[in-house]
Amino acid sequence: MKRAALLTGLLLVLLSVPSVAPAFAQEGEPTDDQVNAIAKQLYCPVCENIPLDVCPTQACVQWRETIRQMLTEGRTEEEIRQHFVEQYGARVLATPPASGLNWLVYVIPPLAFFGGAFILVRALRAWRRPAAAQMPVAPDTPDDPYMARLEEELKRRG
Amino acid sequence: MAERARDAVDERGALMTEAAASPGGKTARPRWGVVVTWIFVLGLLGVLGFGLMRSQQGPIGLGAQVPDLSLTTFEGETIDLAGLRGNVVVINFWASWCKPCEEEAAALEQAWRDYREQGVVFLGVNYVDTRPEALTYLERFEITYPNGPDLGTRISQAFRIRGVPETYVVDRQGVVAAVMIGPYESLGDIEADIQSALGD
Repeated sequence: MKRAALLTGLLLVLLSVPSVAPAFAQEGEPTDDQVNAIAKQLYCPVCENIPLDVCPTQACVQWRETIRQMLTEGRTEEEIRQHFVEQYGARVLATPPASGLNWLVYVIPPLAFFGGAFILVRALRAWRRPAAAQMPVAPDTPDDPYMARLEEELKRRG
Repeated sequence: MAERARDAVDERGALMTEAAASPGGKTARPRWGVVVTWIFVLGLLGVLGFGLMRSQQGPIGLGAQVPDLSLTTFEGETIDLAGLRGNVVVINFWASWCKPCEEEAAALEQAWRDYREQGVVFLGVNYVDTRPEALTYLERFEITYPNGPDLGTRISQAFRIRGVPETYVVDRQGVVAAVMIGPYESLGDIEADIQSALGD
C-alpha cells in the first residue's frame, strides 16, 4: 500500500513538471529572440537602412525595450507593429503597405523582369535569323530598259 | 543620255528606299508597344525625380511660410499652429536620446519663462522617441512649456528636418524668422532670434 502511494506520488510529480514549465515560459519576460523577431521587421527613421534588431543606437535600444514591454503586456505582433506605425509612420515598416506610391515597389520589379525577358527573347530570335534574310534584295530585272541603258552608258564611258 | 542614265539611277534608288521602308508593300503602323513602354519609363523617371527632389530639398528656410501643424501634447491638449497666428512661436525638435538636445534644454526653458508674458509660445516636438523616456527627460530638465510626440513623424516631415535638435522661430505672420540647426549655444542666442521675430 505504501509502495503504491509512493509510486502514485512520484508519477504525479513527474507529470506536473512538464506542465508547469511552458506556463512559466509564457508568463515570464520575453526572450531577446522574441523581441528581435518583431524588431527585424522595423526600421528606425534615425538610422535608416539598419534593421531595428541590430541597430546599436540609443533610440533603437529604447524601441526594442518598448517591444519587450508590449510583449510582456500580452500584445500581439500585429498590435505592436500597428503601434509603431501610429507613432512613427508607415516608413518604419520593413515591408511597406501597398498603398499610394508604395504599390510601385511591388509592381515595377516583376514588370521590369518580364519586360526584360520579353525583349531578350525577341532579340535572341532576331539574331538567330540569317542576316541576309532581313536585307532588302533588289529584284532581278534583266528586262529593265533603264538598267540596260545604264549598263550601256557605263560600258561606253568606261 | 548621261542625264537619262542619272534619272534611271535616282528612280531605282527611290524604289529601293520604298521597298526597305515598307517590306511586302505594307503601310508603316505606329508601334504601340514601344510608345506605351516609353510613356511608362518616362512616368517612372518623373516619379523618381520628384521623390529625389523632395528628399534633397533640406529643411524649410528663412522667409518660408510655416506648414500647418497640429501637436497633441503629452497631457492630451491639441495645439494648432494656425491658431497661433499673431504670436511668435518657437518650435523645437528634440529627443531624449539626443545628447546635443540636453545642451540647450535649460536655456530653452529659461527663454520660455522670460518671454511667455510677451506672448511668445514655445512648442517642443518630440521626434522618434518613446513616451517614458521623453517624460523622464522633461522632468529632468524641468521643462514646462507644451511638448508632445511627433505622431507618424508628420511634423518633422513637413519641416523636412535632418535631425535633432532643430529650432524654428516663427514670426506673427507665420513666416520662419530664424532657423537653428543643432543646439543653441547660449540663452543669448535664443533671445536674439526671438527678438528678431518680435521685430524689436
